[in-house]
Amino acid sequence: MAQPERPLSPFMQYRWQYTNTLSILHRITGVLLSLCFFVLVYWLAAAASGPERYAAALATLGSPLARLLLIGGLFSFSYHFLNGIRHLFWDAGYGFELPIARKTGWAAAIGAVMVTVVLWVMLGASLGGAP
Amino acid sequence: MPQFRLPENSRVQPGKSHAAPAGAKNVKTFRIYRFDPDSNQKPRVDTYELDMSSCGPMVLDALIKIKNEVDSTLTFRRSCREGICGSCAMNIDGVNTLACTKAISEIKGDAKIYPLPHLPVIKDLVPDLTNFYAQYASVKPWLQTRTPAPPDRERLQSKEDQEKIDRPSACILCACCSTSCPSYWWNSDRYLGPAALLAAYRWIIDTRDEATGERLDELEDPFRLYRCHTIMNCAQACPKDLNPAKAIAEIKKLIVERQH
Repeated sequence: MAQPERPLSPFMQYRWQYTNTLSILHRITGVLLSLCFFVLVYWLAAAASGPERYAAALATLGSPLARLLLIGGLFSFSYHFLNGIRHLFWDAGYGFELPIARKTGWAAAIGAVMVTVVLWVMLGASLGGAP
Repeated sequence: MPQFRLPENSRVQPGKSHAAPAGAKNVKTFRIYRFDPDSNQKPRVDTYELDMSSCGPMVLDALIKIKNEVDSTLTFRRSCREGICGSCAMNIDGVNTLACTKAISEIKGDAKIYPLPHLPVIKDLVPDLTNFYAQYASVKPWLQTRTPAPPDRERLQSKEDQEKIDRPSACILCACCSTSCPSYWWNSDRYLGPAALLAAYRWIIDTRDEATGERLDELEDPFRLYRCHTIMNCAQACPKDLNPAKAIAEIKKLIVERQH
């Protein structure tokens, strides 16, 4: 008797572990950072195109939606940077023991939020006026 | 591009319910993945209510109780019931582990029991591990030598050298790690996965083995080894508290180091 094709066992219901959560966050923030380069180019191109263009670009970048996206960009930078340090240590063979990996994971996640806030405040101060 | 949805024939349907015996006070509900290859039906999840006052403490005890007293068609692998054979590896409460060493009391709410993730299902909780075993065989998990053995004794090792392979040798090939790895889910046709790589590492660092170079050559491949992105679900899942992620990192280091 011909057997029906074997079904694939479910996998997306796997309980999210902190390990794969931080890993996918590293990837997502990496993609967002690449997208941020377009914003950087836009900003630099505007700066090179004269004061009016630059003023217009600043107005665009200062809109509430753009500010929200910038916060996302800053978080992406902070988290990808800090978690990248974890990866550097892993590549050197350190930090694999689960209690250590858990601590460094929390440090990267919480640290990223803190760095984002600090950068945002600094950015607001350097641009003048409240962010 | 990874496939997130199950194929049409694999989507889980609602199943049958088996109520607890009348008068049972301490009831626990088990939701168990079922697939019958002879029925021409899609997989389903059956519900079993068990009286915990007459059930052993481990998930395997509950499965055996169901098979003995409620539904003899329930199919699963088990043998040693003490965490050394690796047969009863399955996805319990969302995480891969051994049914025999997982206490029912650790599970909050209903106990959801599925086969190991992202594998072809033969029946119920029995997945097809052919590819997994083939990958294990591909790392040649045996001692390879060129030089003749000493005529008067075995190939001896220092205590320190033995300790290096002590932990990796404790792997029971239950496949909990590999099937917890998202990278393995989507690349198991080419990525060896944490279990096979841990086994490879165990032979690479064995001081008696004389095929280290060939072993590293075999692994130096964008997929076989380098699909590991240090997600570390493997170390989280391992019921023997081994750390395949670290073993894989050590292999990567050895490949870099031998270039200098």
